[in-house]
Amino acid sequence: MDRRSFLAACGIGAGGVLLPGFAGRAIAASQLVETIDIAVKKRLADAGMSAATGAGASYADVRVGRYLRQFVITREANVQNVVNTESVGVGVRVIADGAWGFSATNTMTPEAVAEAARLAVAIARANAVNQTQAVQLAPTPGVGEVSYRTPIRRNAMEVPIAEKVELLLGVNAAAQAAGANFVNSQLFLVNEQKYFASTDGSYIDQDVHRIWAPFTVTAVDMSTGKFRSREGLSAPMGLGYEYLDGNAADKLNGPGGIISYGMSYDMREDAEAAARQAREKLSAKSVEPGRYDLILDPNHLGLTIHESVGHPLELDRVLGYEANYAGTSFATLDKRRDRFQYGSEIVNLFADKTQVGSLGAVGYDDEGVATKRWPLVDQGVLVDYQCTRDQAHILGKTASDGCSYADSWSTVQFQRMPNVSLEPGRTPMTAANMISNVENGIYILGRGSFSIDQQRYNAQFGGTLFYEVKNGEITQPLEDVAYQMRTPEFWAACSAICDESDYRLFGSFFDGKGQPSQVSAVSHGSSTTRFDGINVINTARSLG
Amino acid sequence: MSMMTEAEAKAILDKVIALSTADECTATLTGSVEGNIRFALNNVSTSGVISNTDLGVQVAFGRRVGTASINEFSDEALERVVRRAEDLARLAPENPEFMPAVERQTYRPTRTFSQATADITPQQRAEVARASIEPCKAQNLIAAGFLQDGQSFFASANSNGNFGYQTSTEADYTCTVRTEDGRGSGWVAKNVQDISNFNASEDIEIAMRKAAASADAQALEPGKYTVILEPAAAAGLISFMFNFFNARPADEGRSFMSRAGGGNKIGEQVFDPRVNVYSDPADPNVPALPWDGDGLPRDRISWVEDGKVTNLIYGRYWAQRQGKTPTAGPGNVIMTGGTKSTSDLVRETERGILVSRTWYIRMVDPQTVLLTGLTRDGTFYIENGELRYPVKNFRFNESPVIMLNNIDELGRPVRVGDGQTMMIPPMRLRDFTFTSLSDAV
Repeated sequence: MDRRSFLAACGIGAGGVLLPGFAGRAIAASQLVETIDIAVKKRLADAGMSAATGAGASYADVRVGRYLRQFVITREANVQNVVNTESVGVGVRVIADGAWGFSATNTMTPEAVAEAARLAVAIARANAVNQTQAVQLAPTPGVGEVSYRTPIRRNAMEVPIAEKVELLLGVNAAAQAAGANFVNSQLFLVNEQKYFASTDGSYIDQDVHRIWAPFTVTAVDMSTGKFRSREGLSAPMGLGYEYLDGNAADKLNGPGGIISYGMSYDMREDAEAAARQAREKLSAKSVEPGRYDLILDPNHLGLTIHESVGHPLELDRVLGYEANYAGTSFATLDKRRDRFQYGSEIVNLFADKTQVGSLGAVGYDDEGVATKRWPLVDQGVLVDYQCTRDQAHILGKTASDGCSYADSWSTVQFQRMPNVSLEPGRTPMTAANMISNVENGIYILGRGSFSIDQQRYNAQFGGTLFYEVKNGEITQPLEDVAYQMRTPEFWAACSAICDESDYRLFGSFFDGKGQPSQVSAVSHGSSTTRFDGINVINTARSLG
Repeated sequence: MSMMTEAEAKAILDKVIALSTADECTATLTGSVEGNIRFALNNVSTSGVISNTDLGVQVAFGRRVGTASINEFSDEALERVVRRAEDLARLAPENPEFMPAVERQTYRPTRTFSQATADITPQQRAEVARASIEPCKAQNLIAAGFLQDGQSFFASANSNGNFGYQTSTEADYTCTVRTEDGRGSGWVAKNVQDISNFNASEDIEIAMRKAAASADAQALEPGKYTVILEPAAAAGLISFMFNFFNARPADEGRSFMSRAGGGNKIGEQVFDPRVNVYSDPADPNVPALPWDGDGLPRDRISWVEDGKVTNLIYGRYWAQRQGKTPTAGPGNVIMTGGTKSTSDLVRETERGILVSRTWYIRMVDPQTVLLTGLTRDGTFYIENGELRYPVKNFRFNESPVIMLNNIDELGRPVRVGDGQTMMIPPMRLRDFTFTSLSDAV
């Protein structure tokens, strides 16, 4: 799901301010800093597990969730909306007669949770009738009573609305002063207070925080009717409000005078640059289609990794469980057996649920499995996938990879993508060094349109900023650029990767999957990377 | 309790309005019961029922607005939610684009509810899964599908005396059928308000036929082709375009509906003269609630007539600023066409490509609504009125604006529920732009 459809689903931006249903109930800002007493959560969980096993379940897990979101939405000098939502409830998942069953309730009493548990068992039994294979759960040791908190320095939910409004309106004013006709800026803040308990003996309390501060700056030439936008170069992060401090130490002064951001973001500075660049785009040269060497910035490459590596290695897709919606995968199990060459030898891609600052970092996944890091593509060779407890046996594994996630207490957890990242190059190289070796290339930064087929072969990506590179120099901005690729050939064309000093995270805040569709947030780290001889098309059209 | 009668809903809303001391108050009460069943690899994977009720309260002091909501309905809870909204409003910044609550309106009820859909049982859902899976198993095919059904009510009242209440139902079924060797794939989708109009046993045949027939696909060179887009394939592109039928971005110069030099394209010939599109909440095929999110009554409204843009959506603020009448946000999109089915169009096609489904559609350039995406689950080469052979899937880069200027013929519209409920005809189009081949099946 992209941001537009998410906003539409929330009713934001449609004029109406009421938010019944989807994202939870609207609450006062003061309630965003409250938590539920852990003893209450344990009591609810125990009631659910005992009712489930009493009704015949061989396994049960109970998730007591409090999901908080705050959105601050502005355009130019106006605050369009401030929304605080809360969604609280309990989801019970069971195995009975070898089949899964799930039920959820927002009535926070032991009786209601027990009732939901019994309903989940009844649903499991109904599902078992047509089931041909019983669920096989990889063992996961019970961890007793433990907790995890995203290592944040400033809880964004505690920051007064007035401070957030001042920040965004300041950003908008700065962009307009620098030549923007229009600016839309937002803050999206998420706090998941998740309590997980299972009949394996785990009681896991987690407090997970995420932040995103996107903007779009638009420049218009009324006389010609031409308009161009430039999105912010921030990334959604698993951080607190400290991400918006704009620490100079986290900035990278890149080629072409472009400033990139790591673990800290200067939104105002980026908006001013965006205004200048959006105006520049109105008169930039339209790209000549053909083959180019592409130099892809981490804030762009993250989305390419997401689509061409993260999704095809989701085991449920590989097996066919997502065939009706997200699709299947070209990276079938026989390819792992045959040591399929996914990319060139310098390509090492890894999955990870632990990296500090990433959107996917948690202590335990949503079925109580401790998180870890593991290789997916090793020296260009496909070596592994992403799995949950009921999938591990298919890979011959004895433990889950910890990839289970549900976006709400009311939705059933299933396999979701961990952070998937490209290891930095091992020899020292900056983006400027890389560009100095390119004869005929395009330097691409930021996210643009992205589309990939249902087996993850054929993709097309745009970007935010494009620069022509001739004989080792950035010569001028370009427009109307998109590149088309076939996944294995694209990664085989990877010829150089910048070193660790250039490594940054990209993030996807609202990644959609499943039916009913659920969102999840995931990061992708990389350094600036070069791909040789990639097909670039020109996307300009005329409406006559 | 998640479904309420009109009297129950009105009693709660009246209490809320009476409790408010703000300059104005709007309260919205919604509830739903939604069921679903999902299956893959010829097995049921998940199934569930979700019930929800919610009361939203929006109050304003001058131009300061506060909203709060709650899902309990005791007198104390109602008092609490109103006070919370009022507290938030007092703290809120003034909204320069604030518009007061709508005056008392007259809404004409529309037929959005079907008892049969409301009465769906878990057994019926399981039966849909069975009716999809069993015939596939018998032919060594693999089914993955999803049925989602629901009933809901929507009630709203405000301090100007406005009130509305209506119930709705909807069911949406999709199924992808693949051959065991993964070389063929077919798909079927059905969106209905009344579940009696849905028969999984019939629909699954379509997906099965396409799966079997799409194996051994041949590669054609990318380029410009005459295509027949089935309604579901066309809807993906057309619904995308209708997101931009909005006056404000057009007037601001940042939409394909902007006119060079300023203003918008209302009155201009933007499409082929055979293109006619309107919205009508009372349409029996795609009935919609008789009001929009702001409480404005929906009437029949034309968007495109004989290829000319007749209206764009003017939200209440923008309408006031531009001196126009506000336009209710539409609840459906209805594109007219002819009388021919997709099969009829195929029979009359000398050479072309039949596209069953379009996928992963994204905006490439908002200036021209250039979209990219792929074909999927049944793409066939047509010669002399017959499907000759399956072809490999293509990536397209095409604008629905250009596409609707290259019409060869429009067929008979059918209901499509692709996010937006629409009536869309199958269409034969010239010079549809495929830019690369995909190996995906």
